[in-house]
Amino acid sequence: MRGGTPLRRHLAAALMLMPLVVFLGLFFVWPIITMLSEAVSDPVVVKTLPATTEAARAWDRQTPGAGALGQALVDDIRATTDDQAMGDVVRRLNSAKSGFRTLMMKTLSAARGSTGPLDLTTVDERWKDNGYWEAIAAAAQSRYTDRNLLAALDYARNPQGSIEALPPAASNNADIFKRTFVISGLVTLMCIALGYPFAMLAASVTGWKRQLLLGAVLLPLWTSLLVRTAAWFILLQDRGMINSTLLGLGIISEPLPLLFNRLGVVIAMTHVLLPFMVLPIFSVLIGIPGNLMPAAQSLGASKLRAFWHVLLPLSLRGVASGALLVFMSAIGYYITPALIGGPRDQMISSIIAFYATGTANWGMAGALGIILLAATLALYAVYHRLTSDRALRV
Amino acid sequence: MFKAARILFGIMVVSFLIAPLLVILPLGFTDSIFLSYPIPGFSWRWFHELFTADAWRRSIINSLIVGSGTTILATVLGTLAALGLRDRLVPFSGFFKTAFLLPMVVPAVVLGVGMQILFVKLGVAYTYPGVIIAHTVLAIPFVVVNVSASLDGIDRRIERAAASLGAPPHVVFQKVTLPLAIPGVLSGAVFAFATSLDEVVLTLFVAGPNQRTLARQMFSTIRENISPAIASAAFLFITGTIILALITVYVRSQTQRSARRPN
Repeated sequence: MRGGTPLRRHLAAALMLMPLVVFLGLFFVWPIITMLSEAVSDPVVVKTLPATTEAARAWDRQTPGAGALGQALVDDIRATTDDQAMGDVVRRLNSAKSGFRTLMMKTLSAARGSTGPLDLTTVDERWKDNGYWEAIAAAAQSRYTDRNLLAALDYARNPQGSIEALPPAASNNADIFKRTFVISGLVTLMCIALGYPFAMLAASVTGWKRQLLLGAVLLPLWTSLLVRTAAWFILLQDRGMINSTLLGLGIISEPLPLLFNRLGVVIAMTHVLLPFMVLPIFSVLIGIPGNLMPAAQSLGASKLRAFWHVLLPLSLRGVASGALLVFMSAIGYYITPALIGGPRDQMISSIIAFYATGTANWGMAGALGIILLAATLALYAVYHRLTSDRALRV
Repeated sequence: MFKAARILFGIMVVSFLIAPLLVILPLGFTDSIFLSYPIPGFSWRWFHELFTADAWRRSIINSLIVGSGTTILATVLGTLAALGLRDRLVPFSGFFKTAFLLPMVVPAVVLGVGMQILFVKLGVAYTYPGVIIAHTVLAIPFVVVNVSASLDGIDRRIERAAASLGAPPHVVFQKVTLPLAIPGVLSGAVFAFATSLDEVVLTLFVAGPNQRTLARQMFSTIRENISPAIASAAFLFITGTIILALITVYVRSQTQRSARRPN
């Protein structure tokens, strides 16, 4: 800010902005790009087996692979000292065609335990099957692959290279996406059903009553997500408050199953996300002139009719932005379904976390992540357009 | 009739929102090993466990380390950026302002996967700096929003008055602008700390066993073997939240009082 000449002020402003731009570029944008490239990159075979790659690209796929590619593979194995990279190759090939793990283990020890030319068909009969060589050739085709992206949508390429749907037993990502959208949709509907009348109530009262109603919305918003989830876990247990109250009143004779199922997830997520519905609707409702409803009624409309034709259309913008906000947050939820839900209520985030931390399959984690990210950003773009010219954002 | 229904509905939603938070509080003081009512007797045993059991104690210390680091880093970066964005002196200011909010939008698991792959390559995975960096990314939007709001609330005429009385720009900045922006900076810092304290997902991906935070420890306790120590930890979280909320409200009211534009 020194100096004060316009140019110097521009420079000072740019300098102050720079650290954060660099920081977010490095630790926000770069991780996302890394994830995207992990989803489409497939360099292990090309990198670790260079001679085989070259031979595979020249191979006509008709002659026996063992002859055309066999010696190149043996040479590559003998030249490689990096066991971890070789492990990656084995894993990559085994995921394309099962049986590769034992086949490669046998071949590795045979190649390393000998010198000179080696006929792989004598090491293992399976090398006579060109299917194995085709899998190697496919993996050597390019450093990039659409395999993970296709698999994320339950598709795969067959050996001829055309795309086909995977059998339902092999892959159920579509089910998980559907489930994610169903749960998020249910939560959004619940939030509208509770949030809209509640916002109307809060907008229609004044003074301490309004403070109380809004405070009840804000307090959970400020409370740790984990604490709220733990609280629901405790409430929903078989011996929890809800079941023991219902049992005590004699309404039920067996504890209701509320934990580790869909109902529990929807209840807990509705609690967590309800504030994001109430606040945008409330801020729209208080902006609507208070004399519109009485005016409609004085002209002969019933209360319901006045609501339907006057208040509801005017407040729809608030409902739409609240619904987008809730739905957008819900589809990326991880903690609540992971703790409250059962195995059949896990949403897409859990599957991504499973691929990443459970099986170290970064490619699949990245591919599913791309789809989730694209859906979220598309919803956010709509939300942003809807709210950018008015102070609706929470 | 209609009025009674309205009141009933209001009470129902308020209790839906508040009751879970109230129910968990007394359970922190149970002397039983079960998290259920009625509570057989009062005891401090689970708070004792929280502060003496190795896993819990270390996770509290880790949360304080990571939380402080995140607060400092996010507050410095976010405040500078908010100042830089103030008068739209930089090209694409609007774009940057929106872009700085994106860490709130991107699903945490997506960011977590990317960070884990990248941080391993950069050598910061499973270290304190790595966890602090990850939390800072999430905390940034809160700082930028809070500081920007308090800067927007400053009456320009005060700054012009100072300048017209002969203060050079850097003096105006130090003596007028910065003190008026301080409440926004403080509430941004509070939000940054709270964000870090509550963060689980990125921590799962980038923290090693040595950086296990309180939130992470709570997550695995609920998942693996739930114990009333959870309720004690929740008690600390909720009282902490109320104190932080009161500070924020106080600071906000100060901002409004000191920077309100005269009518």
